Amino acid sequence: MVDFSLLDVLRNLALAARWTIVLSLIAFLGGGLVGLTLLVLRIGRSPAARTFVKAYVELFQGTPLLMQLFLAYFGLALFGFRTSAWTAAALALTLYSSAFLAEIWRGCVEAIPRGQWEAAQSLALNWREQLRHVILPQALRIAIPPTVGFLVQVVKGTALASIIGFIELTKAGTMIANATFRPFLVYGCVALLYFVLCFPVSLMARRLEAKLNAPHR
Amino acid sequence: MPPIVDIQGLRKSYGAHEVLRGVDLQVARGDVVAVIGRSGSGKSTLLRCVNGLEEFQHGSVGVDGRTLHQRDPAALRELRQRVGMIFQGFNLFPHLSVGRNIMLAPTLVRRQGGAQAEQAARALLARVGLAEKFDAMPDQLSGGQQQRVAIARALAMEPAVLLCDEITSALDPELVGEVLKVVETLAAEGMTLLMVTHEMGFARKVADRVVFMHQGLIHEAGPPQQLFDSPATPELRQFLAALH
Repeated sequence: MVDFSLLDVLRNLALAARWTIVLSLIAFLGGGLVGLTLLVLRIGRSPAARTFVKAYVELFQGTPLLMQLFLAYFGLALFGFRTSAWTAAALALTLYSSAFLAEIWRGCVEAIPRGQWEAAQSLALNWREQLRHVILPQALRIAIPPTVGFLVQVVKGTALASIIGFIELTKAGTMIANATFRPFLVYGCVALLYFVLCFPVSLMARRLEAKLNAPHR
Repeated sequence: MPPIVDIQGLRKSYGAHEVLRGVDLQVARGDVVAVIGRSGSGKSTLLRCVNGLEEFQHGSVGVDGRTLHQRDPAALRELRQRVGMIFQGFNLFPHLSVGRNIMLAPTLVRRQGGAQAEQAARALLARVGLAEKFDAMPDQLSGGQQQRVAIARALAMEPAVLLCDEITSALDPELVGEVLKVVETLAAEGMTLLMVTHEMGFARKVADRVVFMHQGLIHEAGPPQQLFDSPATPELRQFLAALH
């Protein structure tokens, strides 16, 4: 048995948590960019694009993230791409996040009353200007709580990347638990670190929400 | 002189239900035309066809010499710059201050500079009696004030015609007067107005011509005195009688 003090456990977990953070950021930024593109296609006027996005969203919402990770890892190799656990995890989480974010944001856009579109149209704004200056700023305000809620899901979802051998918080926890034979202590610390990551995000969301609503109080 | 609004043979249906069944209407420059009729008679739909908010299947709409091409975004943008619209529900942009509401379209569509747009917006606000509200948010205003801002916002694009779609119907009775007064002033200044209204007293006082719509057609039209005092058709007589 390797002699690990509690401090050693925490230090090693904290080091591994960096990769959880990096993976979450990639998933969220990548997913946000792809999701925004999907959103524009989904509410746009091309029927083909709308159908494509609907199918895309159904596909990623209707299959487990775990399967998506497996498929990205083994599937890309099948097509001759040499993938690391890194790229596979980043790719799968980006696609997964983009589908969910596009759907969350579509709901927010559709919550804006029709009269807002009509007023913007009557003022001769084109579709892009209507979206950019009238609809999206209002949708943004109502999008914050569900978006951050999903961000927390993504942070926790990165734990699944351990299954394809990516060493992040959960994987490091498993390795340390196997080495120390103190699974309860180690996984307790792992859970604590996830909480430390997620709680400030929720807190920030609440602040942001209050700030954006301020002119309406 | 060609009419500002030229509607010919306009037909529109939702599925099997025909809302407009061949409407012809011309509005000359400086004319004030009031459209009256029961709900469901097609009067709001008619108004919304003029600036392309509703699609129609047959006929044509022209504004200030431009023909409305429903499938051509650039042409539609051109035409909409000539048409202002005011809604029953105000539809101010709640995330923008009163001033920004008015400046948005002139800066985006007409590429006006910020200073110029602001000066124009302040002048328009003064015109509707809200000079001090430039920095207020829409939800800090009463309904009547919001509707007056909406009028200023439409005027900022210097339209050739203003469409008013039951603009006092959502207001508390004590706030109706302030909005109608602004519209009356506009009419007196020579603005071309096409308005759907339930305010018969106002229509009688301000309109040059009243149009009574019934089942998707213009059933009777003429000067207000003639229509209100000696209606020619039983449908209009019945409609007017129901108001009292």
